[in-house]
Amino acid sequence: MHSLTDVEVKALELRAEDIRESIVKMLTEAGSGHTAGPLGMADVFTALYFRVLNHNPRHPEWVQRDRVILSNGHIVPVLYATMAHAGYFSVSELKTLRRFGSRLQGHPHRESLPGIETTSGPLGCGLSQAIGMALMDKAEGHKPDRFFYCLMGDGELDEGQNWESFLLLNKYRLTKVIPIIDRNTIQIDGYTEDVLPLESLTSKFEAFNFHVIEINGHDFRDIVRAIGAAKNSLDKPTVIIAHTIPGKGVTAFEGDYRWHGKAPSDEESKKALKELRSLRGKIRYGED
Amino acid sequence: MLRETLFTVKEEERPTRDGFGDGLVAAGDEHTKVVALCADLTESVRMEAFRDKYPNRFFEVGITEQAMSGVASGMAAMGYVPFMSSYAMFSPGRNWEQIRTTICYNNRNVKIVGAHAGVSVGPDGATHQALEDIALMRALPNMEVYVPCDATEARVITQHIATTHGPAYLRLTREKTPLMLPDSYVWGNGKAYIMSLPKHAYGGTFAHSVGIIGCGPILYEALKAARELEKEGIGVTVVNMPQVKPLDGAFLLRFVKEMKAIVTVEEAQASGGLGSAIAEFLAEHHPIRVARVGVEDRFGQSGKPQELYEEYGLTSKHIVEKVKNAIR
Repeated sequence: MHSLTDVEVKALELRAEDIRESIVKMLTEAGSGHTAGPLGMADVFTALYFRVLNHNPRHPEWVQRDRVILSNGHIVPVLYATMAHAGYFSVSELKTLRRFGSRLQGHPHRESLPGIETTSGPLGCGLSQAIGMALMDKAEGHKPDRFFYCLMGDGELDEGQNWESFLLLNKYRLTKVIPIIDRNTIQIDGYTEDVLPLESLTSKFEAFNFHVIEINGHDFRDIVRAIGAAKNSLDKPTVIIAHTIPGKGVTAFEGDYRWHGKAPSDEESKKALKELRSLRGKIRYGED
Repeated sequence: MLRETLFTVKEEERPTRDGFGDGLVAAGDEHTKVVALCADLTESVRMEAFRDKYPNRFFEVGITEQAMSGVASGMAAMGYVPFMSSYAMFSPGRNWEQIRTTICYNNRNVKIVGAHAGVSVGPDGATHQALEDIALMRALPNMEVYVPCDATEARVITQHIATTHGPAYLRLTREKTPLMLPDSYVWGNGKAYIMSLPKHAYGGTFAHSVGIIGCGPILYEALKAARELEKEGIGVTVVNMPQVKPLDGAFLLRFVKEMKAIVTVEEAQASGGLGSAIAEFLAEHHPIRVARVGVEDRFGQSGKPQELYEEYGLTSKHIVEKVKNAIR
């Protein structure tokens, strides 16, 4: 995978902005749901669905597809929005989020919506499923060539099931499993290091015998390069820690853990959408 | 439907977990997609024969009941039929939520095998005696629940659930218990069936007709109780209901019409198990006296299986009492 050109980066940035707008709109319409995580992960999901994945939105059951296993199910608005913009279903369906009878359940339900690889919500459940899939993929000699991306939150690393799974990931050396951890440092009750300290995460994963790549989760070149490196690792699995700003793109939401689990009001939504649109193509991380 | 030699020569005994072990190898022979996972109890849950025959289809996951549930679900997602096993206290005990969300709500074709259920585990004590597993699994949508009465039935059910699509729970026990079913036993259409009728069932020589409905090896105690009661002029029909969920309601409705009372038996908490399922169904569809034999809201303890059966009211003597009270 060659590194991204400026034009390609620009196209992804515009795409991510559309996805952020959709996230704000759908959450406002729903009146409940999680805001910070989905906005923070919009760039990673955009990179996956518009650059990295081998997939076919018109044939979600295509056997050769890469799998996206969303472990922290509460950020599903970003998955729904990205899938809609990628062509899995119509963008207009996003406004049914959390409604009675909707395919877009509050937390993802596999049987409700084609393209959703697993049902999740209770935290800590994704990695073990990615491992089960990859074990069978390995048993079949990695044919066809597929990868298993497990999207995880940092707060959910509190759950013991993850650490059972990291042990298993090491045991079976499943290099086709690529965990991507959203290191946004917040969870419902506060900052992760106050609620239950996780650091040093990198040395923890290194001790588990993984490669660890830390990236700026808002830098498309960084995201794509890290995933490329993870795909090329044949000796041991690679864990990607994506540093993100929760609520990214809307100043009022950014970095504030109180936005973890609530949706914007109509007024807040108006301001947020205005800001997103005014910044069109200009969302940057750091000084740039 | 019983072995012809039952109660005439000394019973041949095998634990139900042995039947599962045989059934798993047979299922593995029949279906290449059958795989097995175990949480550090491979020999104890009788997966070693499968492991030795199909080492590439066996996965030792260590003591990770929660992750094991996810791994199994992921395997099912790729079209495989995973059997995951541990002691029932740990799976489905510890990993109930993972089973609920990742297997049942996710509707993945995973077979959960809980060994060492019931007080008959014996000396290990209450921590290892799963009594609530039937209730836990019965409450889950999409889940089927099976409790085999002997090793033969455990083998047959194992082969059966390898061919069904969807989550299933298979409950096993540790101790050797009598083989009650003939070797020719196959999984039929009926989920419930009559094991034994009173000798003069249709001769009208009995003052009362009572149905005992149970599941698991405790049915041997029920058969003994029926023989005792018969001597006292009480006609008892013993029914095996190895599939606790979905409950065979059609069978129940036909069966209870001729009965004065129903007594249920199981080696589990009386609350939430097969007896509860039957009582719920009959209360709604055909109200009749129902009495339940099971552990009554207590934890187990260390002891020999027979001592514990005595202490927790699970012997044929207790079943006889329950039947007499039910028709009093």
